[in-house]
Amino acid sequence: MHALAQHEGASAGSVANVSEVMQAIAEHKGCGTSGGSGKASCGSAAGQGDLPTEIWEKVKNHPCYSEEAHHHYARMHVAVAPACNIQCNYCNRKYDCANESRPGVVSEKLTPEQAAKKVLAVASTIPQMTVLGIAGPGDPLANPEKTFKTFELISKTAPDIKLCLSTNGLTLPDHVDTIAGFNVDHVTITINMVDPEIGAKIYPWVFWKHKRYTGVEAAKLLTDRQLLGLEMLTERGILCKVNSVMIPGINDKHLVEVNKAVKSRGAFLHNIMPLISAPEHGTVFGLTGQRGPTAQELKALQDSCEGEMNMMRHCRQCRADAVGLLGEDRSAEFTTDKIMAMEVNYDLDSRKAYQAMVEEERVAKVAAKQEELTTLAGEQSDIKLLVAVATKGSGLINEHFGHAKEFQVYELSTAGAKFVGHRRVDLYCQGGYGDEDSLETVIRAINDCHAVFVAKIGGCPKGDLQKAGIDPVDQYAHEFIEKSAIAWFKAYLDKVNSGEIEHVERGDAEIRQGALITAA
Amino acid sequence: MALKIIASQCTSCSACEPECPNVAIREKNGTFIIDPKKCTECIGHFDAPQCTAVCPVDDTCVIDTSYPRYQAPA
Ligand code: SF4
Ligand code: SF4
Repeated sequence: MHALAQHEGASAGSVANVSEVMQAIAEHKGCGTSGGSGKASCGSAAGQGDLPTEIWEKVKNHPCYSEEAHHHYARMHVAVAPACNIQCNYCNRKYDCANESRPGVVSEKLTPEQAAKKVLAVASTIPQMTVLGIAGPGDPLANPEKTFKTFELISKTAPDIKLCLSTNGLTLPDHVDTIAGFNVDHVTITINMVDPEIGAKIYPWVFWKHKRYTGVEAAKLLTDRQLLGLEMLTERGILCKVNSVMIPGINDKHLVEVNKAVKSRGAFLHNIMPLISAPEHGTVFGLTGQRGPTAQELKALQDSCEGEMNMMRHCRQCRADAVGLLGEDRSAEFTTDKIMAMEVNYDLDSRKAYQAMVEEERVAKVAAKQEELTTLAGEQSDIKLLVAVATKGSGLINEHFGHAKEFQVYELSTAGAKFVGHRRVDLYCQGGYGDEDSLETVIRAINDCHAVFVAKIGGCPKGDLQKAGIDPVDQYAHEFIEKSAIAWFKAYLDKVNSGEIEHVERGDAEIRQGALITAA
Repeated sequence: MALKIIASQCTSCSACEPECPNVAIREKNGTFIIDPKKCTECIGHFDAPQCTAVCPVDDTCVIDTSYPRYQAPA
């Protein structure tokens, strides 16, 4: 890890001074960006699993698609596409959308030129930044000129950055050739239904070819276009992920059908996300009191789809203009004013060198896990349990309990440790001392876990966690997550077998429904 | 007559701008506005005013009654 910091200083370029960059590493947190709301959620398997090799090659370093890579690489989104062509009941266009990777239209809008400069500035400061996405604030394909201009500018200067795109799919068939032309290798389509009757409860209208359609007719049009677009992309070998928002009572059972429909058309990953809904979001669902799923409901649905295809569980539903790694948001460092004043020196070689080092680190982590797994061989037990982990990335237990903005959740069994999601929480500890209410929220967010692994924890929260039945574990501080979790699980099984402790099931946990962005 | 955009409701999403067949819509002071001299209520182009059809906020692109109804040139 120290080597990382040194190297990082060397590649600082002219974008940021060394201390800022050291900070970047100190804060290095893997994938994603800030989201804000509490999520259990998605996660493709850590390894290749049953993915075909050519697909695995494309996704293994993609922070949004590979659960393992998201500890090490980052992606960013630029908000160049404000217009949308459909209306969703979980969306209020004024505010950041909690359900999809989309900032509200009031977020800072960028021109394609500003966006391209921002990407280069960030990539020069954060060498782990390997993926650029366009997801909003509206629909990228309802703003095709702006979206494709941005891709064009970036692919010229930074050919090593992967381009990706999220769309509702309505106009996707019209743009498939352009997408292929820009070598966009990942497209995400949000598909919440394949039955127009259900769609009519989610989408009040769509605007297509100069006309507003409503009701079942609108939903029929949308689903036809989405599935056609998906087929056209996969025919051309472009990777497609499907996002679905799980809306209890509307499409929760139906998503199993959606899963089959998208799998048969070649989608490589299905990401089922919980509906985030609260009256203050001002969305139709927020106002009608439509609830989101609990952590158990979400996991049950994800599990029931898992036999069908790869599920993605590490998705943070991150905001589309966020910048940073694993649950952090560094957007404030890269405002338009600051970027326009920056001298950007895009250094492809130092980025490559940095990424090579990250690769070594990943190999070490996997080896440690494999070694520990052998100790579980021969163990016979039906016990399956969840544990929460406080991490800043790199696959290590390296976050203080009080500083964690999210916990990663692993399912432990004799088969090993499997990443199954993450839970966002409010910071328990702001400025060094804990606040009691937020400790309760943290406990509710990880209430289905038997233990929480941390680098450090204060005496007080330790006692409260124990009272709540969650074992605070700090003996594996700064060690690899999976290796430690397996070692802990082995000891747990031994204690159960010897009768020293009794295994009890845990209850359900809450998915945080707060506003999308808390102060960064 | 022409349409107008209720500025306090406009989210500045820009969706209406490229849809207008008469290039009557542009951004001004952070929201979008319609040039009443150019707006034809989409008559002669489409069945319904495009700005109204695409706008995500209900009752934001509305008829401006301070203008007489648009008359298609004979
Ligand atoms: S009604 Fe039609 S012509 Fe008038 S501003 Fe709207 S889109 Fe343009
Ligand atoms: S479509 Fe509506 S909200 Fe969007 S810019 Fe036009 S008037 Fe404003």
